[in-house]
Amino acid sequence: MGSQGGFYQSKEFLDLVKSIGEARSKAEEDRIVLSEIETLKRRISEPDIPKRKMKEYIIRLVYVEMLGHDASFGYIHAVKMTHDDSLLVKRTGYLAVTLFLNEDHDLIILIVNTIQKDLKSDNYLVVCAALNVVCKLINEETIPAMLPQVVELLVHPKEAVRKKAIMALHRFYHKSPSSVSHLVSNFRKVHIMWLHLFQRLCDNDPGVMGATLCPLFDLITKDVNSYKDLVISFVSILKQVAERRLPKAYDYHQMPAPFIQIKLLKILALLGSGDKQASEDMYTVVGDIFRKCDSSSNIGNAVLYECICCVSSIYPNPKLLESAADVISRFLKSDSHNLKYMGIDALSRLIKISPEIAEQHQLAVIDCLEDPDDTLKRKTFELLYKMTKSTNVEVIVDRMIDYMIRINDNHYKTEIASRCVELAEQFAPSNQWFIQTMNKVFEHAGDLVNIKVAHNLMRLIAEGFGEDDDTADSQLRSSAVESYLRILGEPKLPSVFLRVICWVLGEYGTADGKFSASYITGKLCDVAEAYSNDETVKAYAVTALMKIYAFEIASGKKVDMLPECQTLMEELLASHSTDLQQRAYELQVVIGLDAHAVDCIMPSDASCEDIEVDKGLSFLDGYIQESIEKGAQPYIPESERSGILNISNFRNQDHNEASSHSLRFEAYELPKPTMQSRIPPASLASTELVPVPEPMYPRESYQTPVPSVSLDAGSSELKLRLDGVQKKWGRPTYSPATSTSNSTLQKTVNGITQVDGASTSNSRTRETYDSRKPQIEISPEKQKLAASLFGGSSKTEKRPAAVHKISKASSHVMEKSHVPKYSMEVASEKTASVQQPPDLLDLGEPTVTSTSPLVDPFKQLEGLLDTTQVASAVNHGSIAAIESPDMMTLYADTPAAIRNSDLLSGLSNPSIINMPGDTTTTQPMQSSKGPNLKDSLERDALVRQMGVTPSSQNPNLFKDLLG
Amino acid sequence: MGIRFILMVNKQGQTRLAQYYEWLTLEERRALEGEIVRKCLARTEQQCSFVEHRNYKIVYRRYASLFFLVGVDNDENELAILEFIHLLVETMDRHFGNVCELDIMFHLEKAHFMLEEMVMNGSVVETSKANILTPIQLMDKAS
Repeated sequence: MGSQGGFYQSKEFLDLVKSIGEARSKAEEDRIVLSEIETLKRRISEPDIPKRKMKEYIIRLVYVEMLGHDASFGYIHAVKMTHDDSLLVKRTGYLAVTLFLNEDHDLIILIVNTIQKDLKSDNYLVVCAALNVVCKLINEETIPAMLPQVVELLVHPKEAVRKKAIMALHRFYHKSPSSVSHLVSNFRKVHIMWLHLFQRLCDNDPGVMGATLCPLFDLITKDVNSYKDLVISFVSILKQVAERRLPKAYDYHQMPAPFIQIKLLKILALLGSGDKQASEDMYTVVGDIFRKCDSSSNIGNAVLYECICCVSSIYPNPKLLESAADVISRFLKSDSHNLKYMGIDALSRLIKISPEIAEQHQLAVIDCLEDPDDTLKRKTFELLYKMTKSTNVEVIVDRMIDYMIRINDNHYKTEIASRCVELAEQFAPSNQWFIQTMNKVFEHAGDLVNIKVAHNLMRLIAEGFGEDDDTADSQLRSSAVESYLRILGEPKLPSVFLRVICWVLGEYGTADGKFSASYITGKLCDVAEAYSNDETVKAYAVTALMKIYAFEIASGKKVDMLPECQTLMEELLASHSTDLQQRAYELQVVIGLDAHAVDCIMPSDASCEDIEVDKGLSFLDGYIQESIEKGAQPYIPESERSGILNISNFRNQDHNEASSHSLRFEAYELPKPTMQSRIPPASLASTELVPVPEPMYPRESYQTPVPSVSLDAGSSELKLRLDGVQKKWGRPTYSPATSTSNSTLQKTVNGITQVDGASTSNSRTRETYDSRKPQIEISPEKQKLAASLFGGSSKTEKRPAAVHKISKASSHVMEKSHVPKYSMEVASEKTASVQQPPDLLDLGEPTVTSTSPLVDPFKQLEGLLDTTQVASAVNHGSIAAIESPDMMTLYADTPAAIRNSDLLSGLSNPSIINMPGDTTTTQPMQSSKGPNLKDSLERDALVRQMGVTPSSQNPNLFKDLLG
Repeated sequence: MGIRFILMVNKQGQTRLAQYYEWLTLEERRALEGEIVRKCLARTEQQCSFVEHRNYKIVYRRYASLFFLVGVDNDENELAILEFIHLLVETMDRHFGNVCELDIMFHLEKAHFMLEEMVMNGSVVETSKANILTPIQLMDKAS
């Protein structure tokens, strides 16, 4: 236990922590916490609780919430504690408030005043504490109350305050970019706030400068062009950092300020993207970092990785690309999975610029693909996804589907399914293959893919190759029908897939004469029966039945309805779903019509025909004229009517919002142009069904009852029509689910209301495919795979393989030499206890506990308190020695010139370069660890006082984290 | 925003510290922690220290009995986060001396204070151990 002074803890608290620490199961932990909640509820509202006691209660509340239980009964006490004068108590209160509340909590209003007061405090630590809370709990509404003070604090004498003030502005910017730029008056077109930021970029404290990079990064991400003039500054800062001009306190494992370097590289990547001139300014410094970086440490590799990201983003430079490629190959050949992962990621970035680099690493990539580690595998799939071409699409998509079938994680399954679809749509070598691939995707992830994908598939089958090759088209359809009839045998198919199947069977089931109408209708009835609780599927099945019967009638055959079909119809005629009922009635009517009428309503294979829609309903003109002459009121368009429409519109909107907010605190926002309202499919279906009896009755013109609904659906249809065409063969523009309305599909299927079934846009551009199949060779499987993925020849492959093996071995040796450094992270639990370094004090050892029974625990407790005081006194003494009130002296080991001179101007001063070669960073740490009498005494005492016998209960609690 | 949350969880899956940089309800946090911990604890030492989970990427590192898990956005430098965890542990070690799970449990607020200095708005803002620990030492002294 380090210093305990001030952080007073009662026996009760120690007991609580002890029992939580020793809890063996979640249930036991829950029991402890529940009884703790009872205790706290009783105690916390007692009058006159001493401050320290209260602080402890609040921390106990934090425990309660951290372990997953509600502590809202105590929130108000945490809020009250923020008003306290004592810094420690106040800060604990602030901490608890940030952990308990979100920015929209009602209690926030009670601390706004306190924060404002604290921002003005003379004690800079109080200001910092307040700024911490500002960064977490200030919402759009309260920003104006804080902003002026925060802006003032940007020039506070304490660097810690300046740094936090910048982060507070960063937060404001995130919460409401507009309100910030509004409030900071537009002064000669430069926002004062950002002017301050640029000044802070030149702050002589590296911490402040580093923090400034956070908001700048976000600003630059949004608007690159306004910040191009800063390239030189960033480059110069990065150069100084890399040349070790910063105080050594920022070194991490002998790397100069690596986190700042990484942030700067990220910014440069943005600024140099597509800008040759800006990129040229960066080449030297990035090249320097490539050369200087310590590639044996994790942090060095982190910086190198960031360099690769930067190089692959800025205007390409052959030399830098070469360095990047070297680092990538080292990552990929490493034994560390972490480095392999980074290597694969880096490769997928670089591959855009130099595609040939992938070939050198094909075997390493395949190793990663076949690795049992899921993370690595997924990353590799990401790489493959980026390097897919028409020559390797089959192999890659097959692999992806295999993997998709094996995993259970729905989130990732959705992602990989949509990628398969995207690649298949983009690069499919043949429609046959496309349909087979889609079948697989639908079969295994049907409910996870976007409904549009199903729509596209149906369209493809309906439109065929689009090359006026009718035989090929009908072959395609027959093969689709056959494959679907086969697949129908499988149990539990996804709903979306079943819809596709029903539609295709309805349209083309009997088209080639291979299957009889009764066979197909039987299958469709089976579907409707097997998935009887899925109304959409049933609707599709009924409409498909209607089509089959209509085609039969139209071709002059006599229709005999199967008995199971009749039962189904009877059931549906009485269905609760108006949609199903409607379809069933339609079917009944259609069957009763003569061949000619049926052929007019339901022409065979006409899903691609355009249907002229008379939007103005001109055929009714005569009727209207007649009515008006008879004295009827003329029609008043909706826009000219007042009141009624607006109200219904309003209600709709209201309803949407009510589900997300209970009360609104923020200002009313401007109306959005398009509203993505989710309409329950049932209501949609019913609106659609209204026009059914009369095919010329387009829905758009029949919109009085629910205007917003039909408008919305209409627009999404329009969008979809365009999407479908582009997506099939075009650029990778596939976007995941924007709206999931079922309306479009129902339309297509509902044979009668095929207003916009599938548009016959023939403007499809097709790429010329290299139909070359992956070459099959009599070499190991991996090489085969490599060949099909990378298209390389087998002769050139063998050599890299050998090189790979050798370097693998050598890098293994290299890795081994670093083991001591990272022993902690790799050492398993067992080996850790066995290989425990002798100089480390570990109370888990039985030798310590053996002495404990001899000592009276109460005496020991007193002793503990004593030692703590002594210990803390000693601690403080030692701290005071190195720490005078002025924090700048903390950098006592830094040459004064650096601290005081401007960072940028420091560059010109050659006398400062005395940092390199100083490798003492880890030394002081070492010396602070190890056998320490005071520590051991304290901990020993504590253990006994708590009655913990580490070996039996939970020895891990005492295990040093850093071995 | 790079870092979305920081968790310390022991081998039994019990949370020892949780700090979120975006608001999640108690139930969401509980569910998320359960899922992540199950995922990470099941992994072997040879596997990557990174796991994808929903929209997060989790970078984790184990020290003795304690797992440090950091949830980050997709475009974050994973290796750097891994080293950030190490820096955090080194900082705690400097303050507590041979830091162990129990130190964090007894001084939960101090561990939080250190994080408050190191990370703001989900970005790493301070990496100098002296700067991180100064406020805590001053508070120790003052009270």
